[in-house]
Amino acid sequence: MGLGAYIAVSAALFALGIVAILVRRNVLYVLMGIEMILNAANINFVAFNRFNHAEGSQSNLDGRMFAIFVIILAAAEAAVALAIVLNVFHLFNSVKPAEADLLRE
Amino acid sequence: MQSQILTWITFLPLIGMAVILLMPKTSMNAIKGVSLAATFVTMVLGTWLYFSGFEQRSLAEIQAARAGGDILGAQFVQRFDWIDSIGVQYYIGIDGLSVALVWLTTVLLFVGVVASLGIEKAGKAYYALLLMLEVGILGVFVSLDLFLFYVFWEVMLLPMYFLIGIWGGPRREYAAIKFFLYTLAGSVLMLVAIVALRLDSGTFSIPRLTELAISGKLMGASLPAHGALLGMDFTTWVFWFLFVGFAIKVPVWPFHTWLPDAHVEAPTPISVILAGILLKLGGYGMLRACFPLAPDAFHESAFALGVLGVISIVYGAFVALGQSDFKKMVAYSSVSHMGYVLLGMAAFTEWGMEGAVLQMFNHGTSSAALFLIVGVVYDRAHHRDLNGFGGLSQLMPRYWALTTLGFFAALGLPGLAGFVSEAMTLVGAFQAADTRFQVLVLLSTLGIVFTAAFLLYAMQRVFLGKKNAKYEGIEEINAREVFCQAPFLFLCVLFGILPYLLLDWMHPSVQNLINILKVQG
Amino acid sequence: MTAESHFLAFDPAQDFKLLFLALALPLVGYVIQLSAGKRLPRQGDWLLTGGLFATASITVLMFAKSLWAAYHGLEFRHHSGDEAGLWFHWFYSSDELANGVANVSAAIFYDPLGAAMLMVVGVVSFCVHLFSIGYMHGTPRYHIFFANISLFTFAMLGLVLSDNLLFLFIFWELMGLMSYLLIGHFSHDPSSGYFHKWATKACKKAFLTTRVGDTCLLVGMVIFFWKFETFRFTELWRLSIEEIARHQSLHPGEYPLWMTVGGLFIFGGTIGKSAQFPLHIWLPDAMAGPTPVSAMIHAATMVAAGVFLLGRCYPMFTPDVLDVIAAVGTITAIFAATIGTTAYDLKAVLAWSTISQLGFMVAAIGLGGVVAGLFHMVTHAFFKACLFLSAGSVIHGCHHEQDMRNMGGVRKHMPITFACMLASTIAIAGIPFFSGFYSKDMIILRAWENILGGKFTGASFFAAVGLPLAAACTAFYMFRMIFMTFSDSYRPGTVESPFAHHGGGHDDHGHDAHGHDAHGREEQGHADHGHADHGHADHGHAAPAHAHAATAHGHDAHGHDAHGHDSHAGHATPHESPLPILVALCILAFLGVFGGHFWLADPLHALKFWEHAHTWFETSVSFQSLYGAQIGDRLAAAVAVDEHAAHQAHTVALCVSLAVASLGILVAWLIYGRGWERSQRIAGRITHAIHAIYEVVKGKYFVDEALGTAIVVDMKRKDEPRYEPDASVIGASVQLANFLGWIDRNVVDATVNLVGRIGMSFGTGSATFDRVVIDGAVNGVGLFTQTFGSLVRLFQSGRVQQYATFAVFGGLALAVWLILL
Repeated sequence: MGLGAYIAVSAALFALGIVAILVRRNVLYVLMGIEMILNAANINFVAFNRFNHAEGSQSNLDGRMFAIFVIILAAAEAAVALAIVLNVFHLFNSVKPAEADLLRE
Repeated sequence: MQSQILTWITFLPLIGMAVILLMPKTSMNAIKGVSLAATFVTMVLGTWLYFSGFEQRSLAEIQAARAGGDILGAQFVQRFDWIDSIGVQYYIGIDGLSVALVWLTTVLLFVGVVASLGIEKAGKAYYALLLMLEVGILGVFVSLDLFLFYVFWEVMLLPMYFLIGIWGGPRREYAAIKFFLYTLAGSVLMLVAIVALRLDSGTFSIPRLTELAISGKLMGASLPAHGALLGMDFTTWVFWFLFVGFAIKVPVWPFHTWLPDAHVEAPTPISVILAGILLKLGGYGMLRACFPLAPDAFHESAFALGVLGVISIVYGAFVALGQSDFKKMVAYSSVSHMGYVLLGMAAFTEWGMEGAVLQMFNHGTSSAALFLIVGVVYDRAHHRDLNGFGGLSQLMPRYWALTTLGFFAALGLPGLAGFVSEAMTLVGAFQAADTRFQVLVLLSTLGIVFTAAFLLYAMQRVFLGKKNAKYEGIEEINAREVFCQAPFLFLCVLFGILPYLLLDWMHPSVQNLINILKVQG
Repeated sequence: MTAESHFLAFDPAQDFKLLFLALALPLVGYVIQLSAGKRLPRQGDWLLTGGLFATASITVLMFAKSLWAAYHGLEFRHHSGDEAGLWFHWFYSSDELANGVANVSAAIFYDPLGAAMLMVVGVVSFCVHLFSIGYMHGTPRYHIFFANISLFTFAMLGLVLSDNLLFLFIFWELMGLMSYLLIGHFSHDPSSGYFHKWATKACKKAFLTTRVGDTCLLVGMVIFFWKFETFRFTELWRLSIEEIARHQSLHPGEYPLWMTVGGLFIFGGTIGKSAQFPLHIWLPDAMAGPTPVSAMIHAATMVAAGVFLLGRCYPMFTPDVLDVIAAVGTITAIFAATIGTTAYDLKAVLAWSTISQLGFMVAAIGLGGVVAGLFHMVTHAFFKACLFLSAGSVIHGCHHEQDMRNMGGVRKHMPITFACMLASTIAIAGIPFFSGFYSKDMIILRAWENILGGKFTGASFFAAVGLPLAAACTAFYMFRMIFMTFSDSYRPGTVESPFAHHGGGHDDHGHDAHGHDAHGREEQGHADHGHADHGHADHGHAAPAHAHAATAHGHDAHGHDAHGHDSHAGHATPHESPLPILVALCILAFLGVFGGHFWLADPLHALKFWEHAHTWFETSVSFQSLYGAQIGDRLAAAVAVDEHAAHQAHTVALCVSLAVASLGILVAWLIYGRGWERSQRIAGRITHAIHAIYEVVKGKYFVDEALGTAIVVDMKRKDEPRYEPDASVIGASVQLANFLGWIDRNVVDATVNLVGRIGMSFGTGSATFDRVVIDGAVNGVGLFTQTFGSLVRLFQSGRVQQYATFAVFGGLALAVWLILL
């Protein structure tokens, strides 16, 4: 299986994530979209790491390590984001991003 | 430390200023304490420098140093590159011309701070500016690099503007702007001349420029049209540009009109500093950075300078006689007294030059005392009308006694400092090679008589005669005011009786300067 | 006993230190007195008087040494620098450091003239201190008074001991300061009434007037320094003589012009300090000071310093200068003597007398009679100090009355004072056996020697006629004073005078009814001529320079009660003064009487006054002893006359001196010596007869008015009277000052302001440009931004998703652009 397949999966996942962020009305879906984008990136990391080096080469694990970092980051991000969501809910009594338009001011 | 003493003296007040800026506005006592401490330590260092640190060199030693490239025989020299791209150096040092004035500056500023202790308005800014002013003044006296000299010259201008403009009297804005514009106009001329000198010679170093000038290599040869400007050849216009820049500071008639306004509006300590030391910068600048850089032009225009000096002397005394404002009268007396400086320098004899240098110092002490004296009565009566007092000697006998001493020091009574320098100047001027100076000396004696006249007339109106009932309960001069005046009156007496305490220091450097200027002739 | 081992031989190792001690004591006293005087017991008067006694003792001892040397034919010229290495380096701390430039170094110079003068100063000063203990007792600022006269003494001693012109000038000016402070003593004391106002102006006038002279002296010094590069007297003398000789070898019979000019300027110093015409104006007003001050400063010492200066500078004067000196001296002598005949204020009489006598001295030096002039300076110091102190004693005894018309008969009440004053008066009048005779006779002799010997003929004729005339006037007005003050009976309150109210609030007196003011006095003087009963002399002018006219409406009806006099003033009989005053008087009277002949080797010779005798002064002081043998011989040769002429002159001078003195005394007796009432009638008739002349003389020839320096002390007006006539020197100066002040504001400063205004209009112009063009552009940009912003605003919904959409499509567009293009 070639690199192209991995990239295709990744691109699809990324596109889904983007769409989720842009069109879903519930903020939780937006969060999920972000997770999907992050995971799309993870796939790319691992895939490029795998294909950029010769078989059996132990010298470089950068891509995989970044993927692990991203996963950790995503966990943290989720925690923070959920906290924000809770606050937004308190403020607007809603979890719809369209109604939180304070940035306009 | 000792080799860097000049840097320490110059920038110690800056440290004080930085500390003050970091302090909260409300802790006035701490701010005053810091200012006092900074100026006091500076004064101690300055006094040490004068009486112990500075080595009295004989003329022969100074001339020997000339082989080593140091034409001035400066001491405590520090020299390293500062702005490399245009050749500006941090080049400082003192010789017999500047050391006494450095010392006087440190003393004056300390007394200035003490005299300011009553000022409450925006104290933090006031003391910070005062310390900045000290940095500027000291910097001018120690600079041996023309650019550095100019930088300090401008540094001093700004605080003075604010000190008059914010803490002054009713017409303070007018006076401050007048002062600022006048001095700035002079500075601009100076800057043009400095830049021209740099372009011609490739250096800002004053000793080097002097060296070049006296060997005839500073004639604008490397400039387009040989540096001619406004129909004057290079040295002439450079000389006059520098001269006018310094003459405004002295002030020489007819550039003097900023002085009465600035003095009348400035608060007392600022007047003291203004008259005591700022005016000396002009005379010092001429000796350091004007005459030696254009000796030919100096010799050509010496008589004109002498005439300006005598006009200042006589005119200042007459106008002072016509004043009814106490402070304005003292201000005009400064014009008159500083005229001797110009007359002595223009005469270009040893006693003339030396009398001029000495007069700068002596006027520093006596005029400081006079302005403090005016301040005392102004603080109590809130006016300065000479006709509005009367009989104060009965109410304030101690104040009267100090005033008498100050007045007689100012009118050049023998035994007090002013006489020595005035007599030296007059004798020196009379000896000038140009016999027209003898006429000038005769004319300037009118100034002696009328100086006595306006001071004694003021004395009579303010202190003698019938008591003005309005001031029946007026408070006698207090300890702080006595403390402020005492150093100056003491110095007036000390240097009147033992003038060699100043002249021994100045003499070799003045002789050296004369030798330098004579070379070209 | 060898000359060296005798106790009266001068010992440089010790005696310079003693002299220095004599000089330093008053200075130390001054410092102590100024800092602690008020807290000392009796305010420290004993301390200073004691110190002065020590000083006086030293000066007398040193004087004895000079006399001893003179009578043993030894040279007596000592210089502390040359003989003992005692120098005071002034400008530079060492001559090496001066490096070729003249250093000013001072040392003590002690010669016979210095010795005599120092003794005079020491003794007079001591007497004045002693006198002041009695006289000033209980007055305000008592300790300051003592401090000041002590410092004055220091200055005068320093002046006498100076070996160079510059230091002489320093002490000279210091004396001027002390004179200023002491004349102004009462200006700080409102309780002194009349003197309070008078002193306020008089002190300034005195200082400024002498300052004019001092400035001349400074210029003279500068001129001589210019050529000779030294201030030392010995050098100046030598170089002057050489210069004259050199000049005459080139131009026979001529003298260097610059020396004439320089000499005239130096003489200017004397004109100011010794109150010579026309700068004499300050001395009568200096009487506003306390009487001891008048005695010391304005009679015996400071004013004599001008004569001393002439003595010190004599070899530097060319004959032209000497002619001017002689002429000015003679003019002053006559001029002041005539004014002295019209004064009523006891002290004013003495003040004019002092000016006149100073004129004698100055004239003598101008005539080449240096020894005579200096001798008169010494004798005059004693008897004039005594006269002033006696006058002070009288004033003290008469409750501060100074007007002689209100005295009379004081002899009975104050016998000792009378004796002292009479002795001194006889001395000044020039009666044989009294000191003044010998010195004055020498001066007149000098004038006649010049004429008969054919020397200096220009001014000599004038002096030979003028000086005897002045001497006659002197004898007249001095005895007039004695008769008016001491004879007949006591008559207080005869005329109204401002003095008697010393201590009382005179300000509040209602004088308006009399209506005299500065201008009124002349009118009144004319209007009342018809009152023969009182005589013109009655309408008087209490004192010179006070326009405080007396009333002439009858003595009896004068009505003191209406004026609210203090009870003590006026009618209480005079009383003899306390002991310190009398002791001081007696010392001075003794010296005044015997100062002329006392030290003669042969006492019997003294009785033969008609033979020219060598007084102690001539033995001690001569051209040779003053200026050294070489210079002295040359100077002596210049004034020497042949024996025949000298003999003739001696006879003439003796006859003239005796004649004028007797004439003056006789006339004084005829007019004033035969009762008060009669004297008023006679005087009235005389003044009426020569009324025009009398008015001019009485007005002091209106010199003050011409110079604008007249002091008007008007007790009636509450406000300070201003008397600044425009048509006078002072008025013109003040106007010039005001004019220059106007120039400074309206021309010089206006120019600056004009430049500023031009700058401002440029500024306004560029401000308009700035507003319209530059600011317009800026505003244009702003407007554009605003419009654009409101467009862009539409996109700003505040919705995160919308923004993200923009971002994504923006990113896509960018990517497409980058990839495709």
